[in-house]
Amino acid sequence: MENHNINLTLNIWRQENPSTEGRFEEFKVSTSPDASILEMLDELNNTLEAKGERPIAFESDCREGICGTCGVVVNGHPHGPLPKTATCQLHMRTFKDGENLYIEPFRAKAYNIIKDLIVDRSPLDKIIQSGGFISVNTGSAPDANIHPISKETATIAIEAAECIGCGACVAACKNASAMLFVGAKVSQFAVLPQGQPERYDRVQAMVNTMDEMGFGSCTNTYACEAECPKGVSVTNIARMNRDFLKAKITSHALHF
Amino acid sequence: MIKLDAKIPEGHISEKWTNHKFNMKLVNPSNKRKYDVIVVGTGLAGASAAATLAELGYKVKAFTFHDSPRRAHSIAAQGGINASKNYQNDGDSDFRLYYDTIKGGDFRSREANTYRLAEVSANIIDQAVAQGVPFAREYGGTLANRSFGGAQVSRTFYARGETGQQLLLGAYSALSRQIGLKNVEMYTRREMLDVVIVDGQAKGIIVRNLLTGEIERYSAQAVILATGGYARVFYLSTNAMNSNATAVWRAHKKGAAFANPCFTQIHPTCLPIHGELQSKRVLMSESLRNDGRIWVSKNKADKRSAADIPEEERDYYLERKYPSFGNLAPRDISSRSAKEVCDEGRGVNGKDAVYLDFSEAINRLGENVIRERYGNLFDMYQNITGENPYKVPMQIYPAPHYVMGGLWVDYNLMSNIPGLFVLGEANFSDHGANRLGASALMQGLADGYFVIPYTIGNYFGGQKPEKVSTDNTAFAEAEKTVRDSIQKLISINGKQTVDSIHKRLGQIMWDKVGMARNEKGLKEAISEITSLREEFWKDVKVVGQDKELNQTLERAGRVADFLELGELMAVDALNRNESCGAHFREEYQTKEGEALRNDEEYAYVSAWEFKKVGEWELNKEPLVFEYVKLATRSYK
Repeated sequence: MENHNINLTLNIWRQENPSTEGRFEEFKVSTSPDASILEMLDELNNTLEAKGERPIAFESDCREGICGTCGVVVNGHPHGPLPKTATCQLHMRTFKDGENLYIEPFRAKAYNIIKDLIVDRSPLDKIIQSGGFISVNTGSAPDANIHPISKETATIAIEAAECIGCGACVAACKNASAMLFVGAKVSQFAVLPQGQPERYDRVQAMVNTMDEMGFGSCTNTYACEAECPKGVSVTNIARMNRDFLKAKITSHALHF
Repeated sequence: MIKLDAKIPEGHISEKWTNHKFNMKLVNPSNKRKYDVIVVGTGLAGASAAATLAELGYKVKAFTFHDSPRRAHSIAAQGGINASKNYQNDGDSDFRLYYDTIKGGDFRSREANTYRLAEVSANIIDQAVAQGVPFAREYGGTLANRSFGGAQVSRTFYARGETGQQLLLGAYSALSRQIGLKNVEMYTRREMLDVVIVDGQAKGIIVRNLLTGEIERYSAQAVILATGGYARVFYLSTNAMNSNATAVWRAHKKGAAFANPCFTQIHPTCLPIHGELQSKRVLMSESLRNDGRIWVSKNKADKRSAADIPEEERDYYLERKYPSFGNLAPRDISSRSAKEVCDEGRGVNGKDAVYLDFSEAINRLGENVIRERYGNLFDMYQNITGENPYKVPMQIYPAPHYVMGGLWVDYNLMSNIPGLFVLGEANFSDHGANRLGASALMQGLADGYFVIPYTIGNYFGGQKPEKVSTDNTAFAEAEKTVRDSIQKLISINGKQTVDSIHKRLGQIMWDKVGMARNEKGLKEAISEITSLREEFWKDVKVVGQDKELNQTLERAGRVADFLELGELMAVDALNRNESCGAHFREEYQTKEGEALRNDEEYAYVSAWEFKKVGEWELNKEPLVFEYVKLATRSYK
């Protein structure tokens, strides 16, 4: 654990509300290398508040990289420069003394900026609501061991299910596509026996909603996988495309 | 005086829930849509309740202060979820899970609730698997189990180190389906600031729209609070930044009794504090204690690095004090022992930290075996601290983690206010004075999926509660209270930031109402909290306006409530002249330094009734144990 503070110049996106124009505002800070970037912002906010100035609005909750609430773009990278790291886990020792940081909100056509670094990612919830589930009412489940599931299949399912819904994949994509997010949820259920009855309804419903919400299409640059804090694989996109195509070819009627 | 009727059903403990389900009133399927239910909180308990009630046909309005119902802090639970499936054929049963839970809670929980928890635990696993929750599997394809503290059977189901995430996403998917079907109206970015009581019954809530600052009224025939725990009263805890007590505290001030507020669990294996800027504590799974050895220097303020402290100058204090359990002594004992050695000045570099050392295990088993077992945790440690735990010992220190206390509820999970139900960590009912690992997820989902759907029907069927318009004067009054309080916060315009006062409160709580408590310290805490509260209301600075997104204002309201709750925790700890589970009063210990219970005088739930700020009346619900023999725990 290091002790010497580092000095940084921060250029932080400030925007009053969705309808005003935003701009970068410069701040000079001296901070502990052991602090996370969000703790550094907490401290900056406390300094601003003590002076009666408006603190920087940003979101975070668990600060353990699992809830998906936090997320800013640091020097062009959603969640910052380190791979498989959510913003809250990005520590200041990553940066060099004297460095310039540009901190901006996740930007995408489907995300509105609410204030400063906070964006509206509710379109992702809308996609889940349209089909990202297995329809089973409480009480009607059979015994949990009724379907043996191989370790291999279980591994594919959980690696897809690890998506934290932060929406960084969309911000990373030049088309602002949500294919990694949707592909992960489609895949989790597509490989499991419990997910089979609704498999082709699910993929169509979710893809349709994704399009309606204004997310772009995928052109295979894989920026999403590179920036994903959980390292969710683009093979999930391929699996979703396969299922979607199959649903279309077989003219599977949508029941959702 | 509040009338506390636990409404425990008749019959043998294994038949109570079955009998009760038969005896409860039902609501005809076509009548269910006539009932509006408000659910506050969308963690495991809230999401599972909202989804299940909507499936049954009730009209549900769900509220969360997050941007999405998937964010609740249930998501951060790592280890697993207990269930008495007995898939391992190792002697588990509902009775054994019940027994372990009640003993683990040091005989301060309610027998009937605890048994029911065990009874429905197996259904939770079935439900989660049917939803597509990817639990760990054996090679043959069946579900895998592991064992956890306080149990001699393998009954813990898990999904890597992300069991909470997977279970919450399961409940979230069920909730999302009901939102899509328009059976649930989902209100995100809304914070509940008051509960509305009409003719003694809960009829609605007042919320603040966190985007616009507007105050909104919502009416329903029942209100369910599933708003989690209050460990953030300590400022630094393993809880999320936004976890707070406001919903339960405002309900308490409207008449709901607060039970066992001093029962707070301090988890032994968390990362130490790195400095002034620290915003929260990070938990490292307890499983590390299987191979790690805990030690400190025998000398005070020893500034040498770990490698420079020779073997004979190291104190493996848990192995020394508890030879039969060693480094696997239970949570409360391990935490207290770490505090003792650090208070003596023997922590790492004289700080509040102890070593968790894997060098012996690495030498014995090889680095690869350790990497296989704990690789992800070691990576996380390195990511946060910048140190390589394969080369230098980890540093750990206990942190507030979970609260067993909460709003008082009867067997139906209803508070003493008719129509106000409380689920999950927000209620007090199942864990007594100490919760076992992997039981929090179990309780949240048991309450939401399998208890409330029955008991709320009984309330509706029995009382036929009427709808109340939001124009009712009770709504107007509650809204006025909320508006006045917000205006006051904004208008103080003092000198101290909200966080700086919260940190000071946390320090008082940690020093005097933390791992070890005594009469003198508790009395000091009460007076210090009282004056800090006065200081807050005179000198806090809340920047910005009320009619906008204002995170400072949100935090100010929560800290104002913590400043009242913290005092009640100290009052409760002072009243309980015994040590039990996580509540350790230094005056009440055995010669060996272990917790000394006083079953004669304190085998009761303390349910506090709010009179005015800083003044409460104690009500007691006696705890009767018919199916277990009260015993003293020993880990020597």
